[in-house]
Amino acid sequence: MRFTFATAGTSKDEEVPRIRSAPDFCQAEPRFRRAVVLIIDALKIDFARFNAQNVAPRPFENKLPVLEEVMSSQPTHSRLFAFRADPPTTTMQRIKGFTTGSLPTFIDVGNNFASSAILEDNLVHQLGQVGKRVVFMGDDTWESLFPKKFHRSLPFPSFNVKDLHTVDNGILQHLYPTMEGSDWDVLIAHFLGVDHCGHRFGPDHPAMADKLTQMDAVIRSVIGRLENDTLLVVMGDHGMTDTGDHGGESLKETDAALFLYSPAPIFPIPGTQTEPEVVPQTDLVPTLALLLGIPIPYSSIGQVLLTLFPRDKGSSGAPAHLSQAEALWINAKQVNRFLETYSQMAKDIPPESLSLLRADFSRLSSQYLSSAQRGHPPSPAVAAALQGYLTAVRDTCRASWARFHPLKMVAGIAILAAACMLCLAVSELPAVAGEGRALRAPLVTGVGLAGGVAVVQLVTGGRGQGRGPLGALPTLFSVPLLVLVLRCASLLSDSYVVAEGRVATFLLCSLGVYVPLRLNWDGLLLPVSPDPLRPPGAHPSPTLSPSAVRRESLTLLACLGVLVGSLYLSLSFHACREEQGACSPSAFLAPLSRVQDSGLRNLHYVLSVASLTAWTFALRRWLRHYGNLNCSGPAVFAARWLLPAASVCLALHWAVNSTPEESFRNLSELMGLALVALPRAAFSSWGWGRPSYRASTGISPQAELHHLIPQLYQRMRQSLEDGEPVGAGDGGGGPAVEAYGLGTVYSAPLVVLCGLLGLGLLMLHPEGMALSFLLLLLEAAALLRLHSSSTALALLQGAHTGGFSVPWTPVLLWALAATQFFHATGHLPTFPSIQWGAAFVGFPKGHAGTLLPATLVTLNTFSAHILFAVGCPLLLFWPLVCEVRGGRRGRGVVAGDGEEGEDAVMEMRLREQPERFSSALLQLGARYLFIHGAQVLASVCAAAILRRHLMVWKVFAPKLMFEASGFLVTSASVLLGLALVMRVDVAVGRWFKKLLPEESRRRGRPAQALESIEENIRWTDNTLPLLEGGAQGRTTPCPCLREGPRVALQDPKGLKL
Amino acid sequence: MKQKLRHQLGDQASQSASSYLYADIYLTLASKDQGLIVVTMRDLEIKGMVSAHAIIASSIFIATVMPLFFVEKFSVYGTHMVWLYSVSGSVAVVNITIFWLLGISPPTKKHTLGYKVSRLLRSCLYFILSCLLFHAVVVLYGAPLLESALETFSLAVLLSSLTTVRCLCVLGPNVPAWIRVLSRDGAMSVWDTSLQITTACSVIGAWLGAFPIPLDWDRPWQVWPISCSLGATFGYLTGLVIAPTWIHWHRKQLTYKSK
Repeated sequence: MRFTFATAGTSKDEEVPRIRSAPDFCQAEPRFRRAVVLIIDALKIDFARFNAQNVAPRPFENKLPVLEEVMSSQPTHSRLFAFRADPPTTTMQRIKGFTTGSLPTFIDVGNNFASSAILEDNLVHQLGQVGKRVVFMGDDTWESLFPKKFHRSLPFPSFNVKDLHTVDNGILQHLYPTMEGSDWDVLIAHFLGVDHCGHRFGPDHPAMADKLTQMDAVIRSVIGRLENDTLLVVMGDHGMTDTGDHGGESLKETDAALFLYSPAPIFPIPGTQTEPEVVPQTDLVPTLALLLGIPIPYSSIGQVLLTLFPRDKGSSGAPAHLSQAEALWINAKQVNRFLETYSQMAKDIPPESLSLLRADFSRLSSQYLSSAQRGHPPSPAVAAALQGYLTAVRDTCRASWARFHPLKMVAGIAILAAACMLCLAVSELPAVAGEGRALRAPLVTGVGLAGGVAVVQLVTGGRGQGRGPLGALPTLFSVPLLVLVLRCASLLSDSYVVAEGRVATFLLCSLGVYVPLRLNWDGLLLPVSPDPLRPPGAHPSPTLSPSAVRRESLTLLACLGVLVGSLYLSLSFHACREEQGACSPSAFLAPLSRVQDSGLRNLHYVLSVASLTAWTFALRRWLRHYGNLNCSGPAVFAARWLLPAASVCLALHWAVNSTPEESFRNLSELMGLALVALPRAAFSSWGWGRPSYRASTGISPQAELHHLIPQLYQRMRQSLEDGEPVGAGDGGGGPAVEAYGLGTVYSAPLVVLCGLLGLGLLMLHPEGMALSFLLLLLEAAALLRLHSSSTALALLQGAHTGGFSVPWTPVLLWALAATQFFHATGHLPTFPSIQWGAAFVGFPKGHAGTLLPATLVTLNTFSAHILFAVGCPLLLFWPLVCEVRGGRRGRGVVAGDGEEGEDAVMEMRLREQPERFSSALLQLGARYLFIHGAQVLASVCAAAILRRHLMVWKVFAPKLMFEASGFLVTSASVLLGLALVMRVDVAVGRWFKKLLPEESRRRGRPAQALESIEENIRWTDNTLPLLEGGAQGRTTPCPCLREGPRVALQDPKGLKL
Repeated sequence: MKQKLRHQLGDQASQSASSYLYADIYLTLASKDQGLIVVTMRDLEIKGMVSAHAIIASSIFIATVMPLFFVEKFSVYGTHMVWLYSVSGSVAVVNITIFWLLGISPPTKKHTLGYKVSRLLRSCLYFILSCLLFHAVVVLYGAPLLESALETFSLAVLLSSLTTVRCLCVLGPNVPAWIRVLSRDGAMSVWDTSLQITTACSVIGAWLGAFPIPLDWDRPWQVWPISCSLGATFGYLTGLVIAPTWIHWHRKQLTYKSK
């Protein structure tokens, strides 16, 4: 499907040839002055054919006897053809097809979701140009396609498929009076009843018989009212399958009926000329144009229907009318002109066939013109050659334009599925074989899934890891994966896609509730009551303190409450799809400047600013709590003041933006300046913040000190273990070396990055979305805490979770939350709902290029995806961050197995086991990408399987495009988050080497070693003394205010440093 | 060690014998190492459960049919509230009656009238609280907050009478015991196991019942809360069938720890 879209998408530029008139093509007197076009939606050719032998007709057979009667009584007045449409066989595409005469392209499908008007040249436009009065009645799709083009129009709502009669009865009320009046030249009536009846009941239903009988009566009375200069066209725009659906390319869907009737004889006597059985839909355009004496629309590639034109001028007795050869010549000239223009703009027609066509045309034109100069009618051979040329052009265009490629679709799905499976395999493997190369694999995975090209690399990457994931398979059939399956299955139904926001919320809520239920089921939620029957060995942890467990359980339940509460509140930020009837979009979605009531506006503004403040305050509070705001390096300074500065800028920007201009007339220049400057200031502070904070994590001395300490600690321990017997230095107690902000060395940069990103993304949204972003923060925090609490509970009660690996449940919760907040920030997977306003934030005058606005709109649309993907590694860190409270009080004292570093060292534990850390990181990334990849796969499958579904162009195709682009953005953001973590990790090693010179690495007394290291530190940076030397009984002077938990670098074996 | 076990075994036997009228219980010491008391049930107890469940199921059926004679134009979809309350009422009443007759209720320490009355009052309070809790949960799952609040609350009442009433009957107004029952080795008798199964089935049924609501089929049963209450009822019925079947199937593996 993707390939189809990609190839179809290249014809974007083809629409550029806009309306141009072609007066030179219209020479002769028109054959008809007026025309009545009755479009009966989904009038399949089978419905129109009459079979007298059929004694027991089914409900859709033999219900239009009028056609047969007219054809047998007046064979030179009427014809019935099969009318073949090009896929996609949906009404809007077909209307476009038979008014412009061009083939559908995917991009104009996209355009039509916005119900935009047809911009290409078309019949209605040309009719208007020559002054014909076009009266329209029926399906209101026309009104949106041809706004203000009709002399008079009576649109009726087409949306409700269950309503069989509103449109038809509305037309019937006005059709006959209009026809009897003289205020029209072309009358278009579009009946929807047959189509709706097909959708609702299918063709084989008595309701269809009623509907067709009604149409029979309509045609009969219209024929009765026709005048001699009027042509009647009765046509279906597409067919239907046996179940009444349409949209695809099977013959049942493409073959509609075309019935032409003229009160005056116009057709040759049947049998005298070869007549086509099947008329392509595009052919109607040139035929009608030439019959009515208007220019053929510019981009039409149709071919005139020759039977409607006299063979040569003399025989018909009406010399002024176009003959077959003339009509063909006009048609060929027009098609050639279009082909020339088109091939210059788009390169999707193969050059060899293009040159062949050009040669054909020049040969034909010289032949035709020479015969015309000689005054002879052109020979039939030339006419036949012209016909051949037109057919060739059409076939060439069709081959390069609209077509489903089933093989490519299957191939695409297979590649995607393979990539997903490999991702899954990678995510399950590291538990078995996590190696040094493991960190490269998420990169490979991300790129591979994103591009599909890198699949080969992925295969090699996967192969390098060897052993199969068979051992992990049983864990796949668990509740979280069941929820994932449900989520993927929901993408296969249009109703669920329409209600996607609520579906995601529902699943998220269910999975959230599942967490404590599962813990309780495993007996981990409550402290185990003393069980006298159990032998002591069966107890998971004899020193388990019930109060710690109870506190952790309460935290967990509170987090669940916060989670569910914010889920519920987030429902009020949803926008509305067109398909959702009774739904009003969230009041917060409108920009403040559009709110009329000033009191309400103030309220909204205050709410937004309050939530902005809360967002900033919460993040700062967190950083301070964990001791990340101590001291005054540039990085810390940035971390401390960037967030507030950015939010102040943002608040001012909102204020200026939403103030009505007239209230500050004299300040308008200032306002204009502010409109530009404030967001740009916020942007730039944001842009400055990111590199500087990265620098802080990577290069700045403070961060390096953070990293130094565990390394030092590890080396110390090693040397002590080597040198001295265990338990020798058993004195004093208490922490020997303490450091601030060390426990959150990995998560703090991520949190700050997410906070700044969140502010930047929030700026691209309407002001009211600040509340939603606050909810997002709350929910993310609740999810993280939920995860860490459940991990802590599992750990506290002795269930070993196995390394740092993040289980599926939190990852799935995290991924679902991304989807949920995509909706809760007012987005929808439809094209009209894209918030284009985001492109003008900070650039009120517009842009020169397209890259910057496209980036801004992408950032706006996928902000939730970005935030959650960047924050994804937090899932790994959070249980360790929160350990300081749960672990220290609960079990930290006990330290069951000292070798694994059981005291409260928070994230430093990751440093102790770099292999397990990297494999857990890889696993987390792979799992997260797998979940998103599975959703993309599901929507690809949905679009491929349901490509004939009524809603494919309205629901599934846009959903697929949003899901795929969301996935790309997610992959990129996951890589960004992982890269940040890896950068921190890499910097540690480098600085460790730098700060531990040779002499301090030698074995010796720990005090000496520490002294030498401290000297080094002071030498490196005097202003950041984060160490408190406990061993020597002296404290390094620290000028800064110190807050937050200190990580005790205490040797587990009781050895003091 | 052995003596201690024997001693408790005796306690357990007397306690169990008092609480199971129909069960012919014999105790075996399965493993000295584990020290677990394994209570193996006779088929008789399972038969008792089958008949009890059959009575409850038929009461649901009768509650569906009976209003036809009393209420004009009664139908499950049309007058859904009537059906809902008739089912929940009959389920509650039949459950209470059966469990009272069977004597499967937690051993009470005191037999004074005041204690019994306070237990009754507490049970009523818990029932109402559970209705409110279910209501809140259902609203948080996406049910409309204000419009059709009555319907939502009725669904909560139905869910409560399918789950909470049984909890009250089997375990008494004792929330820690309820929480304990919902854990893997929290069941202490077959009735606890069947309570686990029916409760889970009803809740899952109600959860599944929410699935068809967004579909555009325009069926009468897609109206809130019909699909959910039907789902809960069908889930409960399924649970009534599954519980004895499952217990019968696993009767060899089933071991119950004593308190």
